Amino acid sequence: MTTTDQLATKHQAAGEDGSAAAVAVEDLQKSFGSQKVLNGITLTVNRGETLAVLGRSGTGKSVLLKLIVGLQKPDSGSVRIHGRDIAGLSLDRLGEIRKKMGFLFQHAALYDSLTVEQNVAFPLEHHRKELSKSDRHHRVKELLAQVGMEGNLAKMPSDLSGGMQKRVGLARALALEPDILLLDEPTAGLDPISSGEIDDLVLQLQEQYRMASIVVTHDLHSAKTIADRLALLHKGNVAIEGTFDDLQNSDVECVKDFLRNS
Amino acid sequence: MSGRTLAPAAGAFSAISSSWNLVTGFFEWFGDLALFCWRVARATVTPPFEFRELFRQLDEVGSKSLPLVALAGGAIGVVLSLETRYSLTRFGAKSLLPAAIVFSVIHEIGPIITGLVVSGRVGAGIGAELASMKVTEQIDAIEASAVNPYKLLAATRILACTLMLPLLTLAADLCGLVMGWVALTLVEPISFHQFISNGFKGAGFNDFLPPTFKTAVFGVIIGLIACFQGMRTRGGAEGVGRAATSSVVLSSLFVILADVVLVKVIIIFFP
Repeated sequence: MTTTDQLATKHQAAGEDGSAAAVAVEDLQKSFGSQKVLNGITLTVNRGETLAVLGRSGTGKSVLLKLIVGLQKPDSGSVRIHGRDIAGLSLDRLGEIRKKMGFLFQHAALYDSLTVEQNVAFPLEHHRKELSKSDRHHRVKELLAQVGMEGNLAKMPSDLSGGMQKRVGLARALALEPDILLLDEPTAGLDPISSGEIDDLVLQLQEQYRMASIVVTHDLHSAKTIADRLALLHKGNVAIEGTFDDLQNSDVECVKDFLRNS
Repeated sequence: MSGRTLAPAAGAFSAISSSWNLVTGFFEWFGDLALFCWRVARATVTPPFEFRELFRQLDEVGSKSLPLVALAGGAIGVVLSLETRYSLTRFGAKSLLPAAIVFSVIHEIGPIITGLVVSGRVGAGIGAELASMKVTEQIDAIEASAVNPYKLLAATRILACTLMLPLLTLAADLCGLVMGWVALTLVEPISFHQFISNGFKGAGFNDFLPPTFKTAVFGVIIGLIACFQGMRTRGGAEGVGRAATSSVVLSSLFVILADVVLVKVIIIFFP
């Protein structure tokens, strides 16, 4: 088990050369007005590893992902992607880093005026211009087949269920073959069967691509299934980080509370 | 006793505080707008260019606004013809009627009507569309896909408005003149050829080009305000509604204010 006090030392050691960690977040702080959401978060994720970030609603889990991908700027602290600090990068330079990252949004965030095929083709059209139209079509079909949505190319996002939208969102996130995959509540709002299917899919993709993944969730079962390590956020800090067993054996009150109510 | 003296003080403090918030909000809005302009300007001139989205927006702003603009231009032409005929007849200057209609339409009525109609139709459309994309995280998804939303969404729409407004103004002018002639000829038959040659007698390019091309500035204003209001939206459906309304209100207001300045500038530089 690793407690909050031990985390900083551990992550400092892991990220010292900046090369080992695919994602290294250090002493990250973020406030919205007078509300402090993140109060010194330090985390690292290595290639091929999946970290689940747990916590109650409003503990800043989604904000953490948006800070990692550069959609929001931290008040202080640093985010390093493959050792490179993203603070102060121009939109174009940040774009180069973002091409190596896939992001599944909480509500999938599919472009509602585009078909399923066009949604998945969107990153390819902008960043794989060397692909011909038929190659792109073939790649989109391949990606949709991976998430079990191959028969829905011409459908609009509004015609899909929540689970199907998340699958398409996942296919879009994988389009550029990212090194880092960020999943924001992949199973939220889904029935247990669909949740299980998404978990299996994430595991299968993990095995296939060996990406560094960060999964934000409050679904303990899902986290246990797909993650190598878990981190529990509480009041803007990492209350505990470790394996599922570490969490279960923890004496920290907020951890026990979270496990009791999950 | 002390409660009585405290109440007015608290009221005054609250009034000062809300006035202060209003002032800071006003400057914050202009500051954000300036930053937005800078980002869009940089995105517009930096390759790669989003030509496909630009052509889609040219169709959206141009072709789809054409019927409304033509209808508004035609209706104003009829009203102008009827009203001007009545006024000029009273002052014994009926022979100036074609010139009065032509000059009114191409100098002011055509451009301003086009600006206001487009700010209503396109401003509301862009504001609501981008606001809806913002609240459903679609703009974040574009950015997370390493695509610059200022380039893909804002620059293309602003450019489309800028390029299309002068063309739509030509359509409004044409419909205004044709319908003005129709309204006139029904009362007092006159050939279209004669109407146009009387109307344009003494007119030069300075009477025609500057007022038409000033609408490109209206286009910049409409596109910029609508994109800005849409992309800074917060909240759900209420936020989308607010963005659509404020896009129309602010772009119409700024179009009218810009017209005041541009008319003076045109008079100075194109006498």
